[in-house]
Amino acid sequence: MPIPGTHAEGRPAAPRAPRDFQIVPLMGLPIVAVIFAGLVAAIIANRLWPLMFLHVVFGAAWTIIDLFLGFVIGPIMKRLPVPARIELTTRLMPRTVIIMPTVVTVTLAAGWQLGTLMGTVNSSYYNHGWIVASYIVVGCMAVIALGLLSPANIAVLFELRKPEPNPAVIQSLMKRFIYAAGFTGTLQLATLVIMTKIRVG
Amino acid sequence: MTANTPERALPPVTGLAMASLALIIIGGIYLAAHLPQQVPLMPAVVLLAASALLLAVNLALLARAQGFAWRRFFAVGRWALLAYLVTAGLIEFAFLRDGMHGGILVVLTLSIIVYAIHVPVLIAFTVARYE
Repeated sequence: MPIPGTHAEGRPAAPRAPRDFQIVPLMGLPIVAVIFAGLVAAIIANRLWPLMFLHVVFGAAWTIIDLFLGFVIGPIMKRLPVPARIELTTRLMPRTVIIMPTVVTVTLAAGWQLGTLMGTVNSSYYNHGWIVASYIVVGCMAVIALGLLSPANIAVLFELRKPEPNPAVIQSLMKRFIYAAGFTGTLQLATLVIMTKIRVG
Repeated sequence: MTANTPERALPPVTGLAMASLALIIIGGIYLAAHLPQQVPLMPAVVLLAASALLLAVNLALLARAQGFAWRRFFAVGRWALLAYLVTAGLIEFAFLRDGMHGGILVVLTLSIIVYAIHVPVLIAFTVARYE
C-alpha cells in the first residue's frame, strides 16, 4: 500500500509539502536541563533519598517505556495501516528522542552514585553476583539502544520529513526499531528479576 | 532492503560501531565488577584499544565512501555529538565525584570518549545513508 506523498515504484506520487514536525522537540530541552541539574545536585549532595528517588523513578520509567514500546506499541504498530503508522511515528518518535537518553543517563548516573554510597558496587557486597548480572544486562541494552534503536529512531524521522519519503526505508527502519525495542523489553524483564532479588537480598 | 531504497555500497559502520561499543562496555564491566580492589588494567586497556581501533577503521572506511551525503552527516553529527558529550560529561562527573583516580579513571575516561564519538557517528551515518 503506497504511503500518501511517497514514491511508489514506477508511479511517482504528486509532490507535497514536507511534514512539519520537530525531530527533537525543543520545548522538551529545558525540562531535560532541569532534570540533569537535579542529577548533578543529587550526586554532589551524595545523600540517600535524592539518589534513590532519581534511580528508582527514572529506572522504573526506563523499564516501563521499554516494555510498553516493545510489547504493546510495537505489535500494534506492525498491524496498523501504513499511513496510520506514519502518523503515530511522527508523534511518538520525537518524544522518545529526548526521553530515552535522559531516562537512561539519570538512571545509570544516579544508580552508580547510589551503589557507591550504599556499598553495593563493592565486590565484597554479599549479592555482588547479581550486581554484576545487572551490569551485563544494562551493557547489552546499551549496545542495542545506542547501536540500533537510537539511530533508527532519528533516521526514520529525517525520512518522514522529506517531501517524498521512501516507504521501503521507513519500513526497514521501523522494523529495526520495533525488534530492537522488543529485545530491550525482554532484557528489562531480567532487570526486574535482578533488582527485586537485590532488594530482597 | 528492497530495490527502491537509495542504499549504496557502504562500509559496515553499524556493525563495527556496535562491536566497538560492546568492547568498551565489557571493559567497563570488568573494572566495575572488581571495585574497590586493584585489578590488572591490561584486559580493559586491550579492550579499549580494540574499540578505538574499530572507531578509527570505521572513520577511515567511511571517509572513502563514494557519493556519501557528507553535508547531512555533519549536520546531524554535530548535534548528536553535543548531546552525547553532555551525557558523557555527566557519567564522567559521577566517576570523579566518587574519587576515582589513576589508571582506572584514565581507561574509563577514554572509553567514554570513544562512546561520545562513536554513537554520534553511527546516528549521523544512519541518517545520511538514506539521503
